[in-house]
Amino acid sequence: MAIQGMELFAVAVVMLLFFIMLKQFGIWEPLGLDESFDCDLELSMVRHQPEGLDQLQAQTKFTRKELQSLYRGFKNECPSGLVDEETFKSIYSQFFPQGDATTYAHFLFNAFDMDRNGSINFEDFVIGLSVLLRGSVTEKLRWAFNLYDINKDGYITREEMLAIIKSIYDMMGSYTYPSVREYAAFEHVEIFFQKMDRNRDGLVTIDEFIETCQRDENIMSSMQLFENVI
Amino acid sequence: MAAGVATWLPFARAAAVGWLPLAKKSMPKPPVDKKSRNDEILFVNVSGLRFQTWKNTLDRYPDTLLGSSEKEFFFNEDTQEYFFDRDPEMFRHILNFYRTGKLHYPRQECIQAFDEELAFYGIVPDIIGDCCMEEYRDRKKENQERLAEDTEAEMATDAPLPPHSTRRERLWRAFENPHTSTMALVFYYVTGFFIAVSVIANVVETVPCRPLKGSKKELPCGEKYSLAFFCMDTACVLIFTFEYLMRLFAAPSRCKFMRSVMSVIDVVAIMPYYIGLVMPENEDVSGAFVTLRVFRVFRIFKFSRHSQGLRILGYTLKSCASELGFLLFSLTMAIIIFATVMFYAEKGTKGTNFSSIPASFWYTIVTMTTLGYGDMVPTTIAGKIFGSICSLSGVLVIALPVPVIVSNFSRIYHQNQRADKMRAQQKVRLARIRLAKKGTTNAFLQYKEDGGFQDRDSNGTLCLKNRSSFEHQHHHLLHCLEKTTNHDFTDELTYSEMCMTESVGYRTSRSTSISSQQGMTTSCCPRRSKRRAIRLANSTVSVSRGSVQELDTLHVQKHSPEPQSRSSLNARTEDLKLNCDDRDFTAAIISIPTPPANTPDESLPPSPAIPGILRNSRATAYTHETVKISSL
Repeated sequence: MAIQGMELFAVAVVMLLFFIMLKQFGIWEPLGLDESFDCDLELSMVRHQPEGLDQLQAQTKFTRKELQSLYRGFKNECPSGLVDEETFKSIYSQFFPQGDATTYAHFLFNAFDMDRNGSINFEDFVIGLSVLLRGSVTEKLRWAFNLYDINKDGYITREEMLAIIKSIYDMMGSYTYPSVREYAAFEHVEIFFQKMDRNRDGLVTIDEFIETCQRDENIMSSMQLFENVI
Repeated sequence: MAAGVATWLPFARAAAVGWLPLAKKSMPKPPVDKKSRNDEILFVNVSGLRFQTWKNTLDRYPDTLLGSSEKEFFFNEDTQEYFFDRDPEMFRHILNFYRTGKLHYPRQECIQAFDEELAFYGIVPDIIGDCCMEEYRDRKKENQERLAEDTEAEMATDAPLPPHSTRRERLWRAFENPHTSTMALVFYYVTGFFIAVSVIANVVETVPCRPLKGSKKELPCGEKYSLAFFCMDTACVLIFTFEYLMRLFAAPSRCKFMRSVMSVIDVVAIMPYYIGLVMPENEDVSGAFVTLRVFRVFRIFKFSRHSQGLRILGYTLKSCASELGFLLFSLTMAIIIFATVMFYAEKGTKGTNFSSIPASFWYTIVTMTTLGYGDMVPTTIAGKIFGSICSLSGVLVIALPVPVIVSNFSRIYHQNQRADKMRAQQKVRLARIRLAKKGTTNAFLQYKEDGGFQDRDSNGTLCLKNRSSFEHQHHHLLHCLEKTTNHDFTDELTYSEMCMTESVGYRTSRSTSISSQQGMTTSCCPRRSKRRAIRLANSTVSVSRGSVQELDTLHVQKHSPEPQSRSSLNARTEDLKLNCDDRDFTAAIISIPTPPANTPDESLPPSPAIPGILRNSRATAYTHETVKISSL
């Protein structure tokens, strides 16, 4: 007897139910990708313990009490001892609610993450802070150069500078007065290169940078601003 | 700002060094931080349990009590710690909030206690973490429902009538709460009886009775005894109409009443009769009239006024409206799907019952609800397969929302039980409060009588010792009030007796307005349930009781000491009988959530040894007001 349309459909339904029942009993597993979710678990298990207090005290210019206070805050926020880039971006973005701080946060992350392993641990954190808050002017300028030099090759190119400055303007957001215009970043890069690039080769080296900054009164005086943040 | 953000702020500020070489303008000056940055450990002592935490931890939330300078009020210089006289167990959760930034709700605590603690520490409950938010919300809703019910219950039945209610208000109350008066109760039962009679008559009308003599055809009883049934129907409808009109008259808001469910049911129940009266005996129209008679069955819903269970059921269904709606919707979906499938499955068969999709609806409904009448059955294999799937899924679809409805019903039913228990408890509590209030008044009056007002001499000091300092101050306060208003406190019994003797004493007193004595009596001592004080305040008669002998007649039944007149109180100490040995009044403060019962109960026992000080006591009102603050 030839199977009519609905009978065919009925048979299909019965077969489907059969397979479902088999699966319920665990007899037949379709080729599943159920080992993927295990991978993510490992990362969260990673913990990092910082070096001892004495070593950190030697490496940075913070007092013991300051280091303790810093670590307590850090550990409270990141119990695992590591800050990955996403967390870093979200934290930094909270301070600039109007604009988009993720790009600048990315550059900042790279500046702090000295060993380039994709996460900031407490040593990176505290060494970076030590330079910024307790370091000499030269050290601070060196740090700033390191921030601007995205590929860490020792030279700041126009593109790198443009990226940095654009990311800073991004943090401002769209509601500014006067409103940020298209070529504002370009202008700013030009001004910077005019000032810094001595030999007009389109690249700014660390020495050019430090030398130019040391001659600029404004920059030198403003370097002292953030001394007493901690 | 969250705790985490506060921690990272110094870091963000430090990172701003990166902007400095690029800055177009010069940077602003940083804020000066006056206080020392060194972190210190604070000690917080909560009812003996000592907590220690960093100052920074508490500073994370500067708009709470612990994070602001408000905590300085609680600083104990001697022990150099912050002392809070609150629940230490709760404080643990509060402190954890500062530490972790998340507020958790402890499940074993009472929701109100938790809310109070939060309010004290200045923490908004909205920041409860997601993990505990659901539980918190549920408990809070439950608590609020309970409170709403309690306030409703208070304002309902057993609250005494306001003094100047009109007949209309009293009538309404009688209708809404039949327990209040005997007449209302009688009316309640009568209407209930007539509803039952009416419903039974409706039912019996259609039963076939033995045929009339000389006829073989069986008649329904309604036609055989049509006159009798008509008379019964008329009587019932008259009663219902009368009841409805009375309710309409008595209702405080007629529009609202007319829109309420019960009123609609009433109208629907009695309308068919009147329409039947009006309508002519026309064949065409009487068909519609017969349909109207169906509505007479709605009289059975009138029972919901008489039965609380019915009301609960109705309320449950109303509150489960969303679940019922979901049930209906899912059933409809399933019916349509399966009806379509069955129709096409059975299409080929000759002489099949499944003539169209709507025709298959009946099969699907009967199968899904597992009724299975068997008037429509599939014959093809495909039809049988789908039919079996249909019946299996039917069970599931119906079973799913039922537990929700059941749990709703159970919750509402228990709430109702609880409401009854609360009412009973409330009665007991009120009785206790009244007793305590009387005790306080008596304590004060006793105090006065014991000569607490004059300088203590050897006679007086002995029994005045067992008063606490609280009582001293309280009595002093009451005394100040007396002096302010130039009236004195007295108690119920004395006051009522004074009313009686005033009508007697007027004849011999030096009062000038004897003519108003009759009016005075009636206004002085009206029915006990009214507040006398209001009326008395308007009366102008002042009686001064100079002579002692006319009052002697009053105190025949009491063994109290001799009464004093106000003027002579200060002079005569020796006449006082110091019978303070058998009295032991304690006054304590409770907070009375309900307004104090101002009406004295008829059933109050006469207090022992009422001091027989008679005064111009217009002060009943004052008694009631000032005693508010203390009771057992």
